[in-house]
Amino acid sequence: MGLDFLTAPLIVASISVILSVIISVIDMIVNNYGEVKLSINSGKKILTVKGGSSLLSTLGEQDIFLPSACGGRATCGVCKIKVKSDVGPHLPTELPFISKEEMQENIRLSCQIKVKTDLELEIPEELFAIQKYSTTVTSIRDLTPDIKEIKCTLKDSQQIDFRAGQYAQFVVPPYGKIKQETQRAYSIASPPGKKSELDFIVRLVPGGIATTYVFTVLKEGDTLDIIAPLGDFQLHGEHEDMLCIAGGSGMAPIQAMLFDMFEKKINGRDIYYFFGVATSKDMFYLELFRDLEKKWPVFHFVPVIAAPDSGSGWKGETGLVTQPLEKYLNDKLPEDKPKQGYLCGSPGMIDACIKVLTTHGIAEDSIFYDKFA
Amino acid sequence: MAPDISPIILLLASIFTSNILLANFLGMCSFITISKDLKSANGLGLAVILVMTVTTVINYAVYNYILVFFHIEYLRFIVFIIVIAAVVQMLEMIIERLSPALYMALGIFLPLITVNCAILGVSLFMQIRSYNFVQTVVYGLGSGVGWWLAILALAAIRQKVEKAPVPAGLKGPGITLIIIGLMAMAFIGFSGMLNVQ
Repeated sequence: MGLDFLTAPLIVASISVILSVIISVIDMIVNNYGEVKLSINSGKKILTVKGGSSLLSTLGEQDIFLPSACGGRATCGVCKIKVKSDVGPHLPTELPFISKEEMQENIRLSCQIKVKTDLELEIPEELFAIQKYSTTVTSIRDLTPDIKEIKCTLKDSQQIDFRAGQYAQFVVPPYGKIKQETQRAYSIASPPGKKSELDFIVRLVPGGIATTYVFTVLKEGDTLDIIAPLGDFQLHGEHEDMLCIAGGSGMAPIQAMLFDMFEKKINGRDIYYFFGVATSKDMFYLELFRDLEKKWPVFHFVPVIAAPDSGSGWKGETGLVTQPLEKYLNDKLPEDKPKQGYLCGSPGMIDACIKVLTTHGIAEDSIFYDKFA
Repeated sequence: MAPDISPIILLLASIFTSNILLANFLGMCSFITISKDLKSANGLGLAVILVMTVTTVINYAVYNYILVFFHIEYLRFIVFIIVIAAVVQMLEMIIERLSPALYMALGIFLPLITVNCAILGVSLFMQIRSYNFVQTVVYGLGSGVGWWLAILALAAIRQKVEKAPVPAGLKGPGITLIIIGLMAMAFIGFSGMLNVQ
């Protein structure tokens, strides 16, 4: 009996195996919720799905993409959805994101509730337009040392409908040391008139997972998956003068809006575009917009370089973007005409611009912005 | 040989005189952290009763019919822990399906119990004192009920203490440990009434 020493490990191992088999069997029996019906917007759409997973991923499998920045870890609180059926009280993981009013309306975090029984849901119609598109990267171009322009074409001659100002989520596959799929939002820079080609402007964020991927891994000809269209930054009203203010890669949504208006020949309102960058080498698309200014009489382009190189011969505005903004508001713009602000850039820039605009009598509900951190 | 104790005596003893918390000081971590309000304390207490009874009985079978048979009693610590972890996992799944309301009430407490040393302690006492099957069931249940009563008592006291002028340095766990000490001293009064050791 020289093999006695094997008894103990074998027995412990068998006990563990038996227990895990029992757990798996129970899991299969207990967590089999069978087919479950999801009725969306009082029966407008009825989906038959397999129960057992979270509502967010169940809907995702049915190609309904609720916005979710964190990917189902209950840290962003974006994937809210109205559930009309009773799915029990709110979970502790949901509470930080749900206000009292939302609680009464039974708004839930879709990543935290499990699909177990038939559910009645309410999903805003426009979310059905959100889809995952597969694209081919056709061009990657350096605009400045840390900003790249990405052009991509939708595969299989697909087309996308979106509003100028909306954004797309890049689906970044695992690469290098990054083991998990990541999603990051980038504004669409091309106007919605082009339905199968999309442009993006991506600034390198040091240490950023998605921007590092775009700058170091992504090549022309590669496939890039995006989820779009998302967001509610868009054109409002018809007659008010527009003050567009962007910093650096905040160019993207403003560019899309301006070219969209130009293509649609909207000439009833004056548009001032203040575009601010830090130094001479950070300036881009100068010719593009000067050209647009010549072709489109209502459009006025004001590029601003905070600290231009002394030898560059820069004749335009200098300083922070708020300084020429103030100057134009004081001297060059008709005081009596109603105005709107459209801002996109860093939180600091946006807050400073909102301050300037409100002190010049522009109401806060006429200021629209897309803040990126 | 199983000791000669009547199940009723053993039940009373494990609830009161040999309270797993206040006489044996097992399961203190969750006892201190989850006793801030009565509702959570009640939920955890009920979960402990359930898990303790079930795991002690299963460990009784595993120990007497498997470990003893193969002469590997010395592995009881590892085996008991594995069994406890697996049973908690199974109970969690079954309760979630059968009674979502109870599942919500127990919440995170159920998985937390896997690392509650009182659960392991009861299984080990069961083995050390060589209880028979009936005694094991009674002892597991009684210890669970004892744990539940103790945490309810502590939670009730802590809710009163909340309003008392406790010195800053003693707030929270400090005063709680003192309260537990006083409770344990009160329980010494029971000692000798029923001897089950």
